[in-house]
Amino acid sequence: MAFDKMELRDIEVWDGNFAAAQALRQCQIDVVSAYPITPSTPIVEGYAKFLADGYIEGEFVMVESEHAAMSGCIGAAAAGGRVATATSSQGFALMVETLYQASGMRLPIVLNVVNRALAAPLNVNGDHSDMYLGRDSGWIQFDAYSPQEAYDLNFIAFRVAEDHDVRLPAMVHQDGFMTSHTAQGVKTLDDDTAYGFVGDFKPMNDMLDFEHPVTHGVQTEEDWHFEHKARQHNDLMTKVLPKIQAAFDSFEELTGRKYNMVEKYDMDDAVVAVVCMGTSVETAREVATEMRAKGIKAGVIGLRVVRPFPFFEIQEVLKDVKAIAILDRSSPNGAAGMLFNELAGAMVNEEKRPLMSGYVYGLGGRDLTKKHLVDLYTELQANVDAGKVTTPLQQFIGVRGPKLQFL
Amino acid sequence: MLEIRWHSRAGQGAVTGAKGLADVISTTGKEVQAFAFYGSAKRGAAMTAYNRVDDKVIMNHEKYMEPDYVFVIDPALVYTTDVTINGKENTKYIITTHMTTEELVASQPRLEGKEVHTVDCIKIAQETIGRAIPNTPMLGAFMKISGMYDIEFFKENMQRILAKLPQKIVDANMIAIQRAYDEVI
Repeated sequence: MAFDKMELRDIEVWDGNFAAAQALRQCQIDVVSAYPITPSTPIVEGYAKFLADGYIEGEFVMVESEHAAMSGCIGAAAAGGRVATATSSQGFALMVETLYQASGMRLPIVLNVVNRALAAPLNVNGDHSDMYLGRDSGWIQFDAYSPQEAYDLNFIAFRVAEDHDVRLPAMVHQDGFMTSHTAQGVKTLDDDTAYGFVGDFKPMNDMLDFEHPVTHGVQTEEDWHFEHKARQHNDLMTKVLPKIQAAFDSFEELTGRKYNMVEKYDMDDAVVAVVCMGTSVETAREVATEMRAKGIKAGVIGLRVVRPFPFFEIQEVLKDVKAIAILDRSSPNGAAGMLFNELAGAMVNEEKRPLMSGYVYGLGGRDLTKKHLVDLYTELQANVDAGKVTTPLQQFIGVRGPKLQFL
Repeated sequence: MLEIRWHSRAGQGAVTGAKGLADVISTTGKEVQAFAFYGSAKRGAAMTAYNRVDDKVIMNHEKYMEPDYVFVIDPALVYTTDVTINGKENTKYIITTHMTTEELVASQPRLEGKEVHTVDCIKIAQETIGRAIPNTPMLGAFMKISGMYDIEFFKENMQRILAKLPQKIVDANMIAIQRAYDEVI
């Protein structure tokens, strides 16, 4: 092949951005079409440098906006290439129109989303507003809690997205700055092993196959539109999770690192649990262990796959726990949080279900401290002792001023 | 768990320093974390960077820290920010200054009663590297105060980390690290 291999140490100290960029190199992406934005910039910058240094055989397309970046990805994916890009926040927002095009056209693009708040007010730090904005776009969404996971989940994302039974684009989320700019030890795969896991790109209905001409991005009105959308939803509901599980299993065989749709920590006998996403999951795990030393049987549930939502896995893990705190790192702006609603929806017809309370936290990168989590677990235990939710349904954590609580 | 907070100005290399230190420590089998708050700060703006070191995987992602060590790599920050914030009783301070430790403490009463070490990383960097980039000398001083690693082992690893720079600059950094190691009090 016309590119150089890179020697990596078994453990490299990488931040989440560089880990994702290295994964894109090892997957040998054919086309990255990108318009860089903080805090995701170093991902596509990294790809461009690897390309310029001869470590990748591919093409970097510089465009004039994120809308054009995703449009370029769509064109390249329809043409029959392995395609990826990265974005955050306002850039993600500008991409939204094309996100629906990509998933509706069933193009297996991988988008690294380095989660960041949405303006106004302008803010470059991490929250999950952009992740939530993408949740109905028909993409698969994976969530990484650390640089290691940002690296690993990229390989898994390509493997699932490009499967001919799936053919859906996938996002790999990581927390802006808290993961993207935080350097930690990352266990690496060597180039051949990493590439072997994703395999050669196998095109399907590619436009550059002139022997078999196809049309992409057609118009359907009332006659067929619903059938296309229903089929996409059906595939997300029935086909994708088994394929993700299979990819998780193969990845565990290869690396020993085990991923689950729903990540359970100390949940076997947990009485109280925190449910959250991103770096908060890991901080909560540390606090849960400390709570157990104080006699509170605490656990943590992390959502690894945000879409398709792992409905049955959530039902399974929640059936024996007594009280849960559901943490949303995005302002619901006039409703309960998304995660709260999804979990409440999953449990509504179940006989055994936990006491549920929702919390909005960490907007614009506001710190979620261990002390916040200690208070949270203490409050949950009080709910258990009282046999009911003793607080309003929705509370805000870590915001200045008088305590905000609703519902 | 060992925790370090860096006080710096954007552009002085605290992020690179924190990541470099994490990289060296990682080679000895320990778990590391290096991060910073910079947001959309401009060059010259006050900022902080952080290191965590532990024997087990570091799961704590809170930004709040009660540091074991505080590194101040810009002399004026001692007066314009509270470098002792969230400090513990036994927190050690390594501060870049042209003053003696006594003069420094007298000029900033917050440091009174604390374990304060001083070294002129700015001057060392200017005389060796030729630019006021005080990050690598601070690490030399830290090796001396903490006794974490043999200085030769540390320099060897830093050569690998700095390898993408021109050899002349790498050599100058090695001299700077050694000088700070020798000069810190």
